[in-house]
Amino acid sequence: MSAGAAARRTGWRPDVPALIVLAGCIVLLLGGGIVFPTFLTPSYLLQQLQIAAFLGTMAAGAMPVILLGQIDLSIPWTITGAAIVATTVAGLDDPVLQTLAVPAGLGFGALVGLVNGIVVARLRIPSMVWTLAVNAMLLGGAVFWTGGHKPRGLAPPITTTLALGHTLGIPNAFLTWLAVSAAMVFLLRRTVFGRYLYAIGNNERAVFLAGARVGRVIVGAFMLAGVLAAFAGLLLAGYANQAYQGMGNPYLMPTIAAVVIGGTSILGGRGSYAGTFAGALFITLLLSVLSVLQLPEAVRQMLFGLIIMAMLVVDGLRRAKPA
Amino acid sequence: MKRNRPLLLALVALVALFAVYIGIHPRGFSVYVVTIWSNQGALLGLAAIAQFFVVLVRGIDLSVGPVVALTNVAASYLVQGNTAEIVLGMLAVLVLGALCGLANGAAVVFARVQPIVATLASGAVFGGLALLLRPVPGGTIDDDLSDLLTYDIYGVPTSLVILLVLTVAVTLPLRRTRIGLSMYAVGSAEGAAFLTGTRVAAAKLTAYALAGVFSALAGLYVAMVTQTGDAGIAPAYTLNSIAAVVLGGVPLAGGLGSPVGALVGALILKTVSSVMFFSGLPPLAQPFFEGLVLAIAIFIGAIGVLRLRSRLDAYQR
Repeated sequence: MSAGAAARRTGWRPDVPALIVLAGCIVLLLGGGIVFPTFLTPSYLLQQLQIAAFLGTMAAGAMPVILLGQIDLSIPWTITGAAIVATTVAGLDDPVLQTLAVPAGLGFGALVGLVNGIVVARLRIPSMVWTLAVNAMLLGGAVFWTGGHKPRGLAPPITTTLALGHTLGIPNAFLTWLAVSAAMVFLLRRTVFGRYLYAIGNNERAVFLAGARVGRVIVGAFMLAGVLAAFAGLLLAGYANQAYQGMGNPYLMPTIAAVVIGGTSILGGRGSYAGTFAGALFITLLLSVLSVLQLPEAVRQMLFGLIIMAMLVVDGLRRAKPA
Repeated sequence: MKRNRPLLLALVALVALFAVYIGIHPRGFSVYVVTIWSNQGALLGLAAIAQFFVVLVRGIDLSVGPVVALTNVAASYLVQGNTAEIVLGMLAVLVLGALCGLANGAAVVFARVQPIVATLASGAVFGGLALLLRPVPGGTIDDDLSDLLTYDIYGVPTSLVILLVLTVAVTLPLRRTRIGLSMYAVGSAEGAAFLTGTRVAAAKLTAYALAGVFSALAGLYVAMVTQTGDAGIAPAYTLNSIAAVVLGGVPLAGGLGSPVGALVGALILKTVSSVMFFSGLPPLAQPFFEGLVLAIAIFIGAIGVLRLRSRLDAYQR
């Protein structure tokens, strides 16, 4: 690891998993383009980038937690909950309160992350189980709060602008994703917090013995995951111009898949943001190609699983080879 | 004794919850009430035992639910006709489950894919297959067989008997055979187990295959209880099977615990949701309280960490 870290600091090393996934994206585009020529038109490509921004933002949030060797399964209802909170506040009569819609939604995500982080850091409960329980509670809370109906209110105008608008012909959603990505790269590579994420993922005990505040890093990572999931929820609410029950449910598996096929180890400690970015693009393109092919939902789901599995097997065999 | 404490706590909790359930059930203690309770518990109990085997070898199986759904759908096609056809059909369903489990095991052992992501992907495939076979719930199960397996024998729920027999049948060999002990060894320290000549690959493959078989048993029993095949039942089984295993005192870090623990955890979860149902809580509030109870149970199980003399002990891997 030390040799790898030194190489990363001193020189450029090809990011093999990210390149493989990017190659996969190109294969998907070319393959799709042969069957449907509209695939390679600028408008279709821009639309894909716009849609990929939602998954990309969620994956950006999921990555720090996965780097720690933890996992956040409360993403779906953090997304939905934040969207419900924001649309509810935006639908109030008081114009002052309306401006608080976005902070309220993001604050909701931060709060969920804070609770997850504290419990995982202090009580050492496996995050997989705890966040599962939190997800169940958030679901229950949302159902109870809304009475099981479609949540009332409306999407805050700024989220509609971010999700649907264009600047110089480029979707704002994609630009937002790029901004989030730039911040993530800085965070992971140039801050102490980012370096600790990798270090804790590799050997938590050693980092603790070295005197680092392991607990705070864990709480920070979960809060980041919560805020970014909430942000993605706000973008989704803007995109659909409403919040709805279960809007986050289809995103959990693709989010984890995007991070993992991008080369981030699910055990923590290893992975590049470029891989996560490429992974989100790949999954979005794959889902899009599968839906354009007009196959039954069941076949799409199977092909999705098989392709993800194939990529994981290729990656696993590549790593298992003695260097 | 100390090692068994989580299981004992879980048992006490189960007995207390069961007493509450009987206490508030409008029909009180009767064969009918206990049979319903036991049938519901059996569904999740079998899935939890499936999850246990994979957790034992330090894995996690997110495809438990999809395999339950797939085998349930398969049963709705295969378990009917004359006696021979029914027996063959049930065998075929179990073989299908074993094959699903082996596929997971192969991805983990030979391709070195991490269990959580391997079963995430394979779960999508199994779930898709189930949906392809039955886009809408339907099919039938042999009536006589369904009655035979879901009522009671001289006042004892048949499902309880089945559960106990199956649990004993897997718990005893687990501690007494080479392959069973290998699973514990692989779960505790895979490297050490490999160096001492334990057949790591065989132990893991067996664990995943057993998980497939028990998922298939759960799928079959769902078919007996509901008399249909339904591809939509997957998510609840995956998540609840993990929760059940943890509640039953089986650490996700592997190498510890027994199928009995997983079963007790599953029964606790089912009893909690039954108590909720009869407690007079507004129905819309029930999902929240089920989540809350799960969170509190996990919380109590972990409270010991706060009493550790050194924080360092909390970072043991």
